[in-house]
Amino acid sequence: MAKTIMTVDDSSSVRQMVGLTLKGEGYQVVEAVDGKDALGKVSGAAIDMVITDLNMPNMDGITLIRELRKLPAFKFTPIVMLTTESQAERKQEGKDAGATGWIVKPFKPEQLIGVIKKVLG
Amino acid sequence: MAVEIDTSAFTEEAYELLSELEDSLLELEERPTDIELISRVFRAMHTIKGSGAMFGFDEVAKFTHEVETVFDMARSGSLPVTKALIDLTLAARDQIRSILDASRGGPPANQDNANRIIAGLRALAPQKGGAAAVESKAAAPKAETDGPHVFRVRFEPRPEIFSSGTNPLLLLNELRDMGQCRVVALTNALPSLEDLDPERCYTQWEIFLTTTQGENAIRDVFIFVEDDCTLNVRLLDRDEAQEDAEPKKLGEILLERGDINEEALGKALTPLGDRLVNAGVVSADKVRAALTEQRVVQEQKQQQSKAAEVDAVVRVPSTKLDKLVNLVGELVTVQARLNQISGRLNNQHLQLVSEEIERLTGELRDNTMSIRMLAIGSTFNKFKRLVRDLSTELGKQIELTTAGADTELDKTVIDQLNDPLVHIIRNSIDHGIEKPDVRALTGKPLVGQIHLSAVHSGTSVLIQVKDDGKGLDPQLLRRKAVEKGLLSPDAVLSDPEAFMLIFGAGFSTAEKITNVSGRGVGMDVVRKSIESLRGTIDVQSQLGIGTTITLKLPLTLAIIEGLLVGVNHDYFVLPLAAVEECVELSPQDIANSHGRRIVNVRGEIVPFIRVRERFAMEGERPVIEQIVIANVDGRRVGFGVDTVVGQHQTVIKNLGDSFQYSDEFSGATILGDGTVALLLDLARMVRYVELQETKETGG
Repeated sequence: MAKTIMTVDDSSSVRQMVGLTLKGEGYQVVEAVDGKDALGKVSGAAIDMVITDLNMPNMDGITLIRELRKLPAFKFTPIVMLTTESQAERKQEGKDAGATGWIVKPFKPEQLIGVIKKVLG
Repeated sequence: MAVEIDTSAFTEEAYELLSELEDSLLELEERPTDIELISRVFRAMHTIKGSGAMFGFDEVAKFTHEVETVFDMARSGSLPVTKALIDLTLAARDQIRSILDASRGGPPANQDNANRIIAGLRALAPQKGGAAAVESKAAAPKAETDGPHVFRVRFEPRPEIFSSGTNPLLLLNELRDMGQCRVVALTNALPSLEDLDPERCYTQWEIFLTTTQGENAIRDVFIFVEDDCTLNVRLLDRDEAQEDAEPKKLGEILLERGDINEEALGKALTPLGDRLVNAGVVSADKVRAALTEQRVVQEQKQQQSKAAEVDAVVRVPSTKLDKLVNLVGELVTVQARLNQISGRLNNQHLQLVSEEIERLTGELRDNTMSIRMLAIGSTFNKFKRLVRDLSTELGKQIELTTAGADTELDKTVIDQLNDPLVHIIRNSIDHGIEKPDVRALTGKPLVGQIHLSAVHSGTSVLIQVKDDGKGLDPQLLRRKAVEKGLLSPDAVLSDPEAFMLIFGAGFSTAEKITNVSGRGVGMDVVRKSIESLRGTIDVQSQLGIGTTITLKLPLTLAIIEGLLVGVNHDYFVLPLAAVEECVELSPQDIANSHGRRIVNVRGEIVPFIRVRERFAMEGERPVIEQIVIANVDGRRVGFGVDTVVGQHQTVIKNLGDSFQYSDEFSGATILGDGTVALLLDLARMVRYVELQETKETGG
């Protein structure tokens, strides 16, 4: 069974790139434009992993991670955040909120797949 | 991985963001303290930078980074939003636009302008942040260490590690991918079942990893859990030199002095670990881990000394080897001539020398051939990835096991063997092994098995691909072959013959074409490649149990054992590996078969081809003909010749392009007296004769 990954990013080009890369590897993809949108889409959907940007309008990535971890279905789900080098302290904040790992932007498709394989198997 | 990404997705988004940015900046001018507006500007810059870098717009990314840095400060309140800042940011926005325009074929962006904006922004903001970037670059992994080393990795995750979505087993798997790995789980912290909280991790691990990668690569595996665990990585095999100078153990000294004998020593020496555990000093887990450490380090040392033994390797270009093989071939030919002449002259001295040369030539030949031999293991290893990827793609669970990876084969054969094996294995995965739910219904283990093995058998190598899939259905194969017009409806085929149908051109029983197999191209190619290597294919299958495909290949292509036969005054060579027996055909037999070209071998009817007729050669048939029975594609076929001369060391020469259409001959060889003998390609001969007969009978 193909695993489902949710990508949360307000940038449509990043969503497209991540989406294409994931689909190319055989994953199913659910897209959300920000934290609020993501929370609205998770109920009922069987999601195996979440990849979220941090800087987003409406609800940022860190709040999203915190909210997801409160849901029983997401207690142990791998959640990876997209960070940039200039956001070292945000990385720690994300980890504390319950993120499994991070990918530093900019990244190449291979790096993205590498991280997914790492946390999702 | 080739993920094609359309950069227009980025430029379109960037234009949109830039126009929003303009609005935001103008609004911000009116309300310079609105934190939501500042964040919006920051996010826009941030997105343009991040996506730009990913889509290869490095210039955009670099430039935007400067603006983003300043706005990050504004966001955190350390820099006030002034008119000067807004002016510069607006100029920056226009600059980004012109860089984007340039990428779409517009006029090149003004670099001076860009530098001016950057200088202006830097003047506004006190510099920081650059150091962080440098720091993270400096942490680049150390260069790989030479040769494999043993590391001991002690991984003690915090009990709460699961709540970050981390699966520690995946980390162990990642280590396994780095090299040979032994894992010892330390479970002494595991509470009783009543006290066990399934959401906490009680296990710790000690991992012994033999890898060519360095310590940093190992630490990288744990990068996400650095704060959630205690990690200890130690290189174990560094202090090798000192260990050699280790002082003698007490038992050894006592033995040397004759104070005790070996038996008494053995009794006294109960394993230290047992004693420690009994004394309650250390847990059994820890002793187990320590023993594993001892064993892994020892093994690594043995490996190293083994590697040192075979160290004296000379690299030689393969063209030089080919030349050597050719020369040895010539020598074998000349030697055969010498043998013949010395036999005729009946000179004892000459015969002695000739025999000596024969022995030496034989040894030289075997040695030269062995130089070209390579272990097939590296080819086998490639298939692990293939099986893994394909089985995932098709939703199947398959385990590939191999045996005989050290079996040696001629380099040319190995090179040409890769593609056929890929096809066979793909076929096994696609058509052979069933999906897990189907396997569950038939009571098979969910994980399918493919076993790849290589073994020497005389002057051949047998390579076997065995699966425990659904097997071939001979009825279905016959029906499909008839449907596709590859077989006449009234043809009678035995099951093994039906199995061989899968190697026919354009044959496929797959109901739907997957991108793995099913176009009926692959297996036809397999047969051709194996034949061009002078090999044979054998298929065995049991419906519901599995299929075994065996490739029989000659050890080498340059010199083969042949059977020399004569027709008229010409000579032919048949590959001895295919020959099963020789029988005589008397006039009585011919009369009994009523003109049909069949011979009765101990009750079995075997069809035969007269070489004389096939090649329209002149001369009369002898009264008693010789029929050489050979195994061709799993069937017994006879070849009618005048005389069987005997076994012959055949140095194969290519026929050259002039004879490229005479493909019933796979080469030629020069006999002792200088005569040329042609090497018959039995499989092709049989196929052509069958084709011709089908035409003649109108079937």
